[in-house]
Amino acid sequence: MAAPTGIYRQYNTPAAAGEYAIEVDDVTMIFNMASEQLNNLKEYFIKLMRRELFFSEFRALKHVSFKVKRGDVVGLVGTNGSGKSTMLKIIAGVLEPSEGSCTVRGNIAPLIELGAGFDMELTARENIYLNGALLGYTKKFIDSKFDEIVEFAELRDFVDMPLKNYSSGMVARIAFAIATITEPDILIVDETLSVGDVFFQQKCEERIQHFIESGDVTVLFVSHSIEQVERICQRAVWIEKGDLRMDGPVDEVCQAYRNQFA
Amino acid sequence: MADTTEGTFVSHARNDFEKDLFVLKQLVTKDFKIKYRRSFLGVAWSVLNPLLMMVVMSIVFSTLLGSNIENFPLYLILGNITYSLMSDSTSKAVTSILDAAPLLKKVKIDRFVFPVQKILFALVNFAFSLIAVAIVMLWFRVVPTWHIIWLPVCLGLLMVFCIGIGLVLSAATVFFRDVIHLWSVVLTAWNYITPVFWDFQMLLDRGAPSWTLAIVKANPMYGFVTFMRDIVLWQQNPSLGILALCTVWAVVMLVFGIIVFRKTEHKFILYI
Repeated sequence: MAAPTGIYRQYNTPAAAGEYAIEVDDVTMIFNMASEQLNNLKEYFIKLMRRELFFSEFRALKHVSFKVKRGDVVGLVGTNGSGKSTMLKIIAGVLEPSEGSCTVRGNIAPLIELGAGFDMELTARENIYLNGALLGYTKKFIDSKFDEIVEFAELRDFVDMPLKNYSSGMVARIAFAIATITEPDILIVDETLSVGDVFFQQKCEERIQHFIESGDVTVLFVSHSIEQVERICQRAVWIEKGDLRMDGPVDEVCQAYRNQFA
Repeated sequence: MADTTEGTFVSHARNDFEKDLFVLKQLVTKDFKIKYRRSFLGVAWSVLNPLLMMVVMSIVFSTLLGSNIENFPLYLILGNITYSLMSDSTSKAVTSILDAAPLLKKVKIDRFVFPVQKILFALVNFAFSLIAVAIVMLWFRVVPTWHIIWLPVCLGLLMVFCIGIGLVLSAATVFFRDVIHLWSVVLTAWNYITPVFWDFQMLLDRGAPSWTLAIVKANPMYGFVTFMRDIVLWQQNPSLGILALCTVWAVVMLVFGIIVFRKTEHKFILYI
């Protein structure tokens, strides 16, 4: 397979007036669906000799383009496997687009998979520093915000306990607290609010709401709950089977989305 | 979020380099903590291990080879820790990208930090084995001379060399898992052609063919091991030949590593 030719750019400074916070331009994402994975030299050469090295391609996204202005709150809707999460991962910089380009201006707080980058053998304290580093925070900054993080996660008594003894809800609390301790330029939320108990969910939603109201934070929001999308977002993008189906005001898109099931 | 400390510190690293540096520091610290957690002697093992190896090898090889190198145990431990620094770091680096798969699939992170992390971690362990060397020097009453200031140069070059190897191997392993097995064989063979427990004079004495001598002399690890012994045991400046050998290998390996890694890293995520 040819190396991806897509381009991902992320600038540390937030979008200036007239610039978009997120620009997705003609992005295509291709995955290899090798019928069997060849991880071994012998197999590889045998297949190469027999000219059996086919890869069937799977296009998770096909020529998707959209732009998001700074401070916009955009929901991504689509059925399972439609490419929403792939889209978010490209914007977050985890996946590189196969074709097209994606430009992001400002720092990103990715709430994609809470607790990714945690090491279960380490204590919560150690994980806060490790995860903070991965988010691009400075050491001084984590030092100064450490108590605030622990307080928000409500885990004061367990800071020096290895994470493997934590429940998944507790892990998610810490992860959420670290990622949102400072106001990000871009917040990416992927179904994360479904973890944790009702009280913590509420607390998270309040914090996200607070970011939204500030008007400076660009929010990308994915949820299976179409009501939640309608409640939180102003605009929605509907992706179906890798194609951009619709992009517009949230009620119109959600209405159309619902109608496909009717 | 009305808080008073906001703005006192810059929240995010200014650039990728600053971020990668902090991430590396955290990852190496993590390795270190996990390695020694729940071990009774903990860090002491990093000192004990080379000492015990030295004792065993001294007993075996001083009778077997009848070596007449003065301070043979010191000769052994220096060779051993230098070779181990390379073998430990590269054998960990081989699987570094594969092992980091959960992170690479979920977090935006520069991929080169993983092989580099393993090599820096080996360096931390190496620092402890230097304590073992100090103990042996004390025992044999070898007083270090100013030549010891060459140590950072030697280690720096060896690190660059190992990072180069680590980049190549970690990338290759993503596509062919065979590399893991292959590399352990290479390391064993490499150990034998490196004068860890024998010395170059012995080859000359026994009339080794010239191609053997050529291979041994071109061996980068021969360079690093000799460099190390020159500055600690023989207390002299490394020869220009040794210095050139180490530098050339380090630079060539690093450049090769960067090229291979850069060319392949975009495809990692599809194979891990």
